[in-house]
Amino acid sequence: MKPPIATEPSARETENPGVPGFRTWRGVYWFVFSAFVVVVVLLTLFSRMFA
Amino acid sequence: MNLLDWIVLLVTMVGIAAYGAWHTRHTNHLDTYLKGSKTTRWGTIGISVMATQASAITFLSIPGQGFESGLGFVQNYFGVPLALIIVCAVFLPIYRKLGVYTAYEFLGQRFDGKTRLLGAGLFLLQRGLAAGVTIYAPAIILSTVLGWRLDLTIIGTGLLVIIYTVTGGSEAVSLTQKWQMGIIFGGMIAAFVILLVRLPAGLGFSGAAHVAGAMGKLQAVDFSFSPDKRYTLWTGLFGGLFLSLSYFGTDQSQVQRYIGGAALREGRLGLMFNALLKIPMQFFILLLGALLFVFYQFAPAPVFYNRVEWQHYAAGPNGSTFQALDEKNSALHVVEQEKIRAWLAARDSGDVSKESVTRTAMLDAEAASQAVRTDAKAALLAADPKAKTKDSDYVFIGFILDQLPHGLIGLLIAVMIAAALGSKAGELNALGTTTTIDLWRHFRPLAAHDEARNVRAAKWFTAFWGVIAIAFALFAGFSENLIEAINIIGSIFYGVVLGIFLVAFFLKHIGGTAVFWAAVIAQTLIFALYLLRHRFPVLGISYLWYNLIGCAACVLFGLILQAILGNAKSPSKPHAT
Repeated sequence: MKPPIATEPSARETENPGVPGFRTWRGVYWFVFSAFVVVVVLLTLFSRMFA
Repeated sequence: MNLLDWIVLLVTMVGIAAYGAWHTRHTNHLDTYLKGSKTTRWGTIGISVMATQASAITFLSIPGQGFESGLGFVQNYFGVPLALIIVCAVFLPIYRKLGVYTAYEFLGQRFDGKTRLLGAGLFLLQRGLAAGVTIYAPAIILSTVLGWRLDLTIIGTGLLVIIYTVTGGSEAVSLTQKWQMGIIFGGMIAAFVILLVRLPAGLGFSGAAHVAGAMGKLQAVDFSFSPDKRYTLWTGLFGGLFLSLSYFGTDQSQVQRYIGGAALREGRLGLMFNALLKIPMQFFILLLGALLFVFYQFAPAPVFYNRVEWQHYAAGPNGSTFQALDEKNSALHVVEQEKIRAWLAARDSGDVSKESVTRTAMLDAEAASQAVRTDAKAALLAADPKAKTKDSDYVFIGFILDQLPHGLIGLLIAVMIAAALGSKAGELNALGTTTTIDLWRHFRPLAAHDEARNVRAAKWFTAFWGVIAIAFALFAGFSENLIEAINIIGSIFYGVVLGIFLVAFFLKHIGGTAVFWAAVIAQTLIFALYLLRHRFPVLGISYLWYNLIGCAACVLFGLILQAILGNAKSPSKPHAT
C-alpha cells in the first residue's frame, strides 16, 4: 500500500489565510460558496424581472 | 481595418509577445521554466488561470451564443466555484507538498508507473486533439471577415505563441497572460459601453433588457429536470462540477498555472479569485450577445451574419433567391421594429391587455424573421451542401467592424488574438511539460538529474506541440460548432481522468492495477456511449453527463476490481522520478 502521506493535505484548513476578515481557509470557502449561491439567486431574479 | 487599427493590433500583440520572451530569456532553471517564478503572487496566478481557460472562442462565439440562445449557457459554469473550492482544499495542497511538476507525476507516486502513463496519455490525447482548434477557431472567423489568408493567420499566431512559450516557459506564459487579459478586459468593456450608447434613443439598458427578456433571451437559470436539455441548473451543477473539477484539478494546462508561486496561499487565492469572477464574467459576455440581439432589432440586420459567405453564394447562379430573401428580411425587419415599439409604448402606458396583445404581435413578428433566417440557411445548403450555416460566431465581429471607431477595431481584434495566444500558450506549456516529465524522463530516468538537458528537452517538446497544433489547424477539417467540439472532446476524457484522481485522493485502499484497468474499462464505456448515441436514441444525453458517468464508472470499477484482486495482488510499488 502507498504511503498515506502522499494524499494528506499539507496545510490545515484552519490555518490563517492572511486575508482580511477571515481567520481560516474554511471561512474563505464558505464565503465563496455563499457568493455563488447569491449569484445564482440574482441570476434567477434577473431572469424573472425581465421575462 | 485602417492603419491605426493595424498599429494598435501589431503593437499590442507583438509587443506583449516580445516583452514576455525578452523578460524571461534567461530562464534556465527547470523549476522556473515549468512552474514559473517563485515570487508569483495570487493576482498573476488568478489572471493566468482565467486566461488559460478563456480562449478566443470565448469572446467570438459566446456573444453569438447569447445573441441566438440567450443567457442559458451561463449555467455551464455553475460547477466552477464548487470545483475550485475542492481543488483548493484537496488537490493543490497535495501537489504543493509533493513538489510535482505535473498532476500525473502524483499518480506515479500514489499508484504506479502505468497509471501515471495512462493519466498523462489521456491528457496528451485530448489536449493534442484540441490543440489545433484554439488556433483554428479565431483564425477562420478573422480571416473570413477581414479577408486575411487563413494559412498565414494560423501560422502567424502559432509562431508568435511558440516563440515566447518556448523561450520563457511557464514564467513567460503567466507574464504575457497578465497583459493579454488587460487588453481583453479593456476591449470588452469598451465594446459593451459603445453597444449601450448605440442603442436607440430612449431605450437604454432597461428597455433593451425588457425587449431581450420578452424575446426569451434573458432566461439565465432553467430548473427543468429534462435530461435532453443541454443547459439547466442541474447539468451545470453536476455535469459542470465534474467537468470543472477534472479541468482545474487534473488538466495540466491549469494545474501548471497554480502549483508554482510564492506559497500555497497564492495558488489558493488565485483559484478563489476565479471562483468569484468566472460566472459574472461569462454572464457579462452572454449579456453582451443578448443586447446585440436587441441592437440588431433596431439597426439594419443582415439575414445571414456571415456576410462574406452570403455574398459569395448570392453572386452565384441562385442569386435571385438570395436577393428575394434579403428583401423579405428587410421588409420583416421594419415590421418587427414597429411591433417592438408598439409593445414598449403599451408597456409604458400600463395597459395590461394592450401590452399582452402587442407582445403577441411582437413575438409573431420575431418568429417570422427567424423563419426567413431559417430559409436563408436552407438556401445556402441548396446552393452548396457543404456551406457553413452557423453564423452566430460572426455577429459580434460584424458589430465590431461596423460600429466601433478605428483604433478600437484594432483593439478588439487584438482581444480575440490575445485570448487565442493566452490559452494556446497555457496548452503548449502543459503539453511540453507533460511530455518531458511524464514520458521523456520516465523512459530516460538518468536524464532526470541533468537540469540543463531537461530544460532543453522541455523547450523542444513545447516547440514540437506548437508545430503539431499549427499543422492540425492547417490540415484538419473541424466541425462548425467549435466551442462544443472542444467541450465534447474534453468531456469524453475528463470524467475518467477525474475518477483516477478521486480514487487517488479518497479511496486509499485501491491500488494501481485496479484503478488502471477500471480507467481503461470506463473510458471504453464512454467511447461506446458517444459512438452509439445516434444508433440508440436513449443514449442521446447531454455530453456534460459523460464527465459524471466516466468518473463514477472509474471509481465503481476500481472498487469492484480491488475487491476481486484483494490481497492476492497487492498494489504495485509507487513510482517516482
